[in-house]
Amino acid sequence: MEFQFPILSVIVFIPIIAGVLMMLMPAERKNEVRIIALAAAVLALLLSIWVYITYDQNVAGYQFEEVYDWVPALGIGYHVGVDGMSIPLVLLTGVVMFTGVLISWGLDDRPREFFAILFLLATGVFGVFVSLDLFLLFFFYEIAVFPMYLLIAIWGWAKTREYAAMKLTLYLFVGSVIALVGILAMYFGSGLETFDMIKLEEANFSEHFQNIWFLPVFLGFAVLGGIWPFHNWSPDGHVAAPTAVSMFHAGVLMKLGAFAALRVGIMLLPQGAERWSGLIMVFAVIAVVYGALIAFMQDDLKYMIGFSSVSHMGLVMLGLSTLNKNGLTGAGVQMFSHGVMTALFFAVAGMIYDRAHTRYISELGGMGKIMPFAMIGFIIGGFVSMGMPGFSGFVAEFPIFMGVWQVSPWIAIIATTSIVITAAYILRNVRDVFFRPLPKKLEGQITDVIVLDKVAIFTVSALMIALGLFPIILVPMVQTGVDNILRLLGGA
Amino acid sequence: MRYTSTMVMSILPEILLLILGIILLVIEPFWKGDKRRNAGKLTAAGLFVIMALSIYFGRPNESTMDEVVFGGMIRFDWLAFFFKMMFVFSAAVTALFMMDHEILGKRGESYIMLLAATLGMNLMAASADLVMLFLAIETASIPLYVLAGFTVADKKSTESGIKYLLFGAMTTAVMLYGFSLLFGFAGTTNLYALADQVVTGQLPLGVALGLFLLIVVGLGFKVAIVPFHFWAPDVYTGSPTPVVGFLSTASKAAGFAVLARLFIIGFEGNLFPLSDLAYSWASILAVLAAITMTLGNLVALKQTNMKRLLAYSSIAHSGYAMIGLVALTELGMTSLVFYLLAYILTNLAAFGTAIAFERVTGSTEIKDYAGLSRRSPGLAIIMLVAFLSLAGMPPFGGFVAKIFVFAAAVQVNMIWLAVIGILNSIIGLYYYLNVLKVIYLYRMEGEDEESHPIPLTRPYALGLVVLSVGILLVGTLIAPWFGFSNEAALNLFKF
Repeated sequence: MEFQFPILSVIVFIPIIAGVLMMLMPAERKNEVRIIALAAAVLALLLSIWVYITYDQNVAGYQFEEVYDWVPALGIGYHVGVDGMSIPLVLLTGVVMFTGVLISWGLDDRPREFFAILFLLATGVFGVFVSLDLFLLFFFYEIAVFPMYLLIAIWGWAKTREYAAMKLTLYLFVGSVIALVGILAMYFGSGLETFDMIKLEEANFSEHFQNIWFLPVFLGFAVLGGIWPFHNWSPDGHVAAPTAVSMFHAGVLMKLGAFAALRVGIMLLPQGAERWSGLIMVFAVIAVVYGALIAFMQDDLKYMIGFSSVSHMGLVMLGLSTLNKNGLTGAGVQMFSHGVMTALFFAVAGMIYDRAHTRYISELGGMGKIMPFAMIGFIIGGFVSMGMPGFSGFVAEFPIFMGVWQVSPWIAIIATTSIVITAAYILRNVRDVFFRPLPKKLEGQITDVIVLDKVAIFTVSALMIALGLFPIILVPMVQTGVDNILRLLGGA
Repeated sequence: MRYTSTMVMSILPEILLLILGIILLVIEPFWKGDKRRNAGKLTAAGLFVIMALSIYFGRPNESTMDEVVFGGMIRFDWLAFFFKMMFVFSAAVTALFMMDHEILGKRGESYIMLLAATLGMNLMAASADLVMLFLAIETASIPLYVLAGFTVADKKSTESGIKYLLFGAMTTAVMLYGFSLLFGFAGTTNLYALADQVVTGQLPLGVALGLFLLIVVGLGFKVAIVPFHFWAPDVYTGSPTPVVGFLSTASKAAGFAVLARLFIIGFEGNLFPLSDLAYSWASILAVLAAITMTLGNLVALKQTNMKRLLAYSSIAHSGYAMIGLVALTELGMTSLVFYLLAYILTNLAAFGTAIAFERVTGSTEIKDYAGLSRRSPGLAIIMLVAFLSLAGMPPFGGFVAKIFVFAAAVQVNMIWLAVIGILNSIIGLYYYLNVLKVIYLYRMEGEDEESHPIPLTRPYALGLVVLSVGILLVGTLIAPWFGFSNEAALNLFKF
């Protein structure tokens, strides 16, 4: 066998190695720590771009696979690989990690610990997206959960951080351990004595088994995807978290839940998915509309974005619940599109808060003149959020609604109302925060964003426009992943 | 009885322990003043050497497994060996932690007691005969009673020593009663002969199980399962902290080693399918396990003292470990052994940090840990590792261990038990994170942490680093440890 560069493992372990390096530096060398962080982030981003470019779409299926024994006695292996579904998410993580480091450049309270813990989280996230072994997936999943506690509790917004951090961690932990019981049941139920997901795909669980275990597995993971009625932790967590952590949390971490729910729930228990898809669809449509309505009612910028995330992640779940080609493709693209968009939103919200020291929309105004670059970024994000054609949101949401229509036109009609509500709160927000005259209280306090912020904003905005104008850069790739899911679902 | 080389090999660690004890007794009086700390160095170094020698020379192999050593008094198998190494290791680390304790550290007796207790535990893990077992248990217990009450000037320590002794004596008496009845029914004290009688029906299973219940009282005290746990919080709070670390790890593991051997023998031949009687009996213990972890965790929620918190948390951990035991399968036993390995490393690290903190500040109150991450970043990181491992988070040992015991429960369809375990780990996560919150988030009064550093002396630094590396190794390189645990568990099933 010819030697293959273990690119996925390198991507997964770059952040944690950088984290260890940082911990070995003396605490006072803050700039060196930041440079290590940036270097690691750039490297991880470049490698994920490389994976994206060299993935062979004609062959499709899982590529860049690496298989090693881990605990052979139990059939646990270190098995990683990516397909059309996971590559966009790996790329997304690379982008968010890169922009997150740029945005947090000015953080002055123990930056060494901050970046080390943030990067531990990044390793967990990359790990989940590339895992093809259930045990490994769960291992990385938990690694992605607990650093959130520390990041929010230590560096978060002093007023609510303790409460929000604990709430978030407990919610996610409850979800994940419930899914764990399902994973163990699958391991013993299959009789194959393996955690390897590719082998388990062929396990042919009995229908009875699938009907019982689909819900715990799917919902357990979907808690992290912010599925209604278990979404409650998410806006609180967003609000309390420092900017880079909010970006990670909404941009990537919530995708982790949806992705794991798809990989483990739908792909391994397809008959269970068919049995319960109606229920999931109802949950999802409630999240979409209800999330948008609550976002509309918010005066706090971060709460608004937090609930809009619930609404948009609801669209992902809605896409998944259709179990047809359009819906699943849309869900795959939406995960990427929303990740980039919401990272941008939180970045801009963070920049505004750092300068104005308030996040209340009613107390803000006039930002457009002072920080035009941030405003343009926010408006582009807004267009994506509303699903305007020409931006990535359209490419993602349109197929989802098509897919839902195929299953149930009524649900599709209800779900589309969210677009109107989204447009309402985004436009109102843009008007109030950027175009209203600057309140007297804030005069003289506000300065323009720095160059690093501009680089971050530019990176994500460019991605959203590129994807909107040229869907071909992502959609066919996602479709190769969807084809495999449809095969497991019995070719619909 | 003819001499064979196996006879020496089977008790090699114990022989070496005895030699180390004698050396210590002879040399120790010559050290005066500050030099008396050397006794600790000698003990720790000696124990590590014993571990190395035993692993190199004294490993069991296929031929020794079935050999009856010392007239069937002890077994020389992987189960015994693996546990022995765990005890010697925790004794070595405990010796390091004792060195800078103001009273324990400078008294040779304390180290000798430690060695004697370790010797007893080693024999507990190896005994295959009721008489031997009883002697081993007493050899392990009496030095621990002494150590618990070692700081005689401290009323709380004396009280905890007496309390420990009284509880211990009481439960041991019940256990001994069980032993004697068992002998009365079967006419033999050899565990394996007893097992044969159960298989052939000479000793009715019902009687055997009933008598085991009496024995469980004695061992339940050792491992602190509900309802035999009452001593634990008080003894843990009052005793010198290094002793508590040893009590809560090695002593507990020794209890489990005996339980595992007794259990499987009790069920031998009836394993699959379990007879209704055996099944309902296992269910009773499963319920005990569920109550143990729930009670431990719920009470731990309210604790404000670090040692009491760890006491209740260690009760809860006994409950998790019991899950592996009551599954009565190969995977169950493997997961039990694996769990104990991870738990010993983790809990020793947790107590180690508490000892290091207490030595400088004199406090065991959780609120006094505020600002620790600024006072001593290193100590804070080790507490982070230990507490996250206790909570069952990857990439630390506690995570894998928990998954394995839950897997064992799911395998035998005790899904309810796995679910209770999981709910409990959520409660656990809550209070472990609360401690970490105090360490990382809160500030000292006056926010003047830099001028109140917590220096770590060398033995603590060494012990804690070894433990943290161990926790990480168990949590990431899972396969070798799983392999050892599996070897140990297999011994229970083929004899």
